[in-house]
Amino acid sequence: MAGKAVMTGTYFMNGDHACCEGALAVGCRFFAGYPITPATEIAERMSRRLPECGGIYIQMEDELASIAAVLGASWGGVKSMTSTSGPGFSLMMENIGLGICTETPCVVCNVQRAGPSTGLPTLVAQGDMMQARWGSHGHYEVIALAPSSPQEMFDFTIRAFNLSEQYRLPVIIMADEVIGHMNERVVIPREEEITITGRRKPTVPPDMFKPYQADPDGVAPMASCGEGYRIHVTGLTHDERGYPVMDAATQENMTDRLIRKIRGNKDKIIRTDNAYLDDADIVVTAYGISARSAKHAVREARSKGIRAGLIKLETVWPFPEDLIRTLAPSLKALIMPEINAGQMVLELERCAGGACPVELVSHLGGGLIHPAAILDAVMAAHKGKKKKKKEA
Amino acid sequence: MTFDCEKHILITGFGGQGIIMAGDILGKAATIYDGKNATMTQNYGPEARGGSCASQVIISTEDILFPSVYEPQVLVCMSQEGYTKNIKSLKKNGTFIWDEDLVKAKKHDPSWKTYHIPATRFAEELGNTMMANIVMLGFVAAVEDLVQIDALREAVLDSVPANTKENNAKAFDRGREYGEAILKGRAKQEKSRDRA
Repeated sequence: MAGKAVMTGTYFMNGDHACCEGALAVGCRFFAGYPITPATEIAERMSRRLPECGGIYIQMEDELASIAAVLGASWGGVKSMTSTSGPGFSLMMENIGLGICTETPCVVCNVQRAGPSTGLPTLVAQGDMMQARWGSHGHYEVIALAPSSPQEMFDFTIRAFNLSEQYRLPVIIMADEVIGHMNERVVIPREEEITITGRRKPTVPPDMFKPYQADPDGVAPMASCGEGYRIHVTGLTHDERGYPVMDAATQENMTDRLIRKIRGNKDKIIRTDNAYLDDADIVVTAYGISARSAKHAVREARSKGIRAGLIKLETVWPFPEDLIRTLAPSLKALIMPEINAGQMVLELERCAGGACPVELVSHLGGGLIHPAAILDAVMAAHKGKKKKKKEA
Repeated sequence: MTFDCEKHILITGFGGQGIIMAGDILGKAATIYDGKNATMTQNYGPEARGGSCASQVIISTEDILFPSVYEPQVLVCMSQEGYTKNIKSLKKNGTFIWDEDLVKAKKHDPSWKTYHIPATRFAEELGNTMMANIVMLGFVAAVEDLVQIDALREAVLDSVPANTKENNAKAFDRGREYGEAILKGRAKQEKSRDRA
């Protein structure tokens, strides 16, 4: 007897657990993972909850095997995921690339801790943002979401699965230790209120089917193993049939489509939560846990009569390039707080294209960015001073 | 920065005492049973048991954005290390609460309200030292206005294993009664002082 997958109700729940409940609610029935602080609570809860819901949990020997099993399960037709933190995320990079190349829907949740290497296992950072974008070799596009509360861990996990099914790729949830370990109110809606996107299935007879022949939006219908369609799954450069073809033309066709199916649909993928943008002349752009500090600082600045605004990135990749390009010329400054030495700020700078100054408020990990530090940067920009750079 | 509507609470002790659980129950009481907002974040080291740990709880009628507690208004200490490490952070006019058998407290800031209880000893008398955190919660709820006391009791019962509910209810009530008795005693003292 299957247990209750959608635990409708109001809870005081941590972000890791909320991630599990989001996954179960959207239909995830396979988890393969290797526990690591601060993502252990995801694996732990999945190991208990999945069997209750008719799903499978496998404790793997390491993170390489974890993501490999997740890709395999997805080709078996099951929504699947894994969770990890920095060291495990590094180990998963090669097979995340395999998931990109084979267009395998799945979800990877990275609950970030401070690195490099083993770093601070129990303390927060946002240092893997560029790794999420560029960590696997070759050129490709990714989708990554950044929750800033346990509620968003629930909501964004649902969205991550839906995006992964819709665009056929591993979607990454870039959480962090504080979000993962923080308890807060989480409202789980009724089952019928949850939007679920399934993968596109072939509509042609099996003998006509080519597993990588895309529809006009760049996404190919996906047949799972055992459904009667011929499929071929390889990390080698392949043609529409899935067969390896070692030449530049096939390479161009394949990688161009892998990139185009994300870039071409970016307006449907990118989401930001904007506040006070209409008349803002200083805009704080933030994501994840730091977006909470940013919101606090922006409210405080507004109460002092400063025209500050906020862009909270719900999707960090793809980056909202068009929004930043449009806004930048009318701004005194763009400010980005992040718990690293400056990663997403590089993207912000690129998109601003020199049209306004871009300031980083940095913390190197192990703690949160205090709203006062962001407010200081806003005040400095308001007064037209360049923020004093503290020597690290 | 203003955090006006927020009440910042820091509960400290060592791994295995149920420090994080105490924070979880307090936040749950505020969120689920008392109609407020709460966040609970945790600090701990790589050790599972025995290492120093802390639970940071913020309770507010408004949205809570920044979830870290730097200057608690209420500090609860269940270990000497928790006391030494955090006592300096307690705000002026704050409340300091400690387990008197586990913490040797020094001279206090006179602006603080101070309360102590042998929470672990009481829990031991009730049959299980593991309930010291629940005794402490009952005590905290009695001496400090954080959440409705019945909301907290309900959150306790909702959070413990079914077969331990009765004992945990006793543990909670023991802490609460001890706290209420102290308050009454102090009120009496003040009255007699007024008369004199």
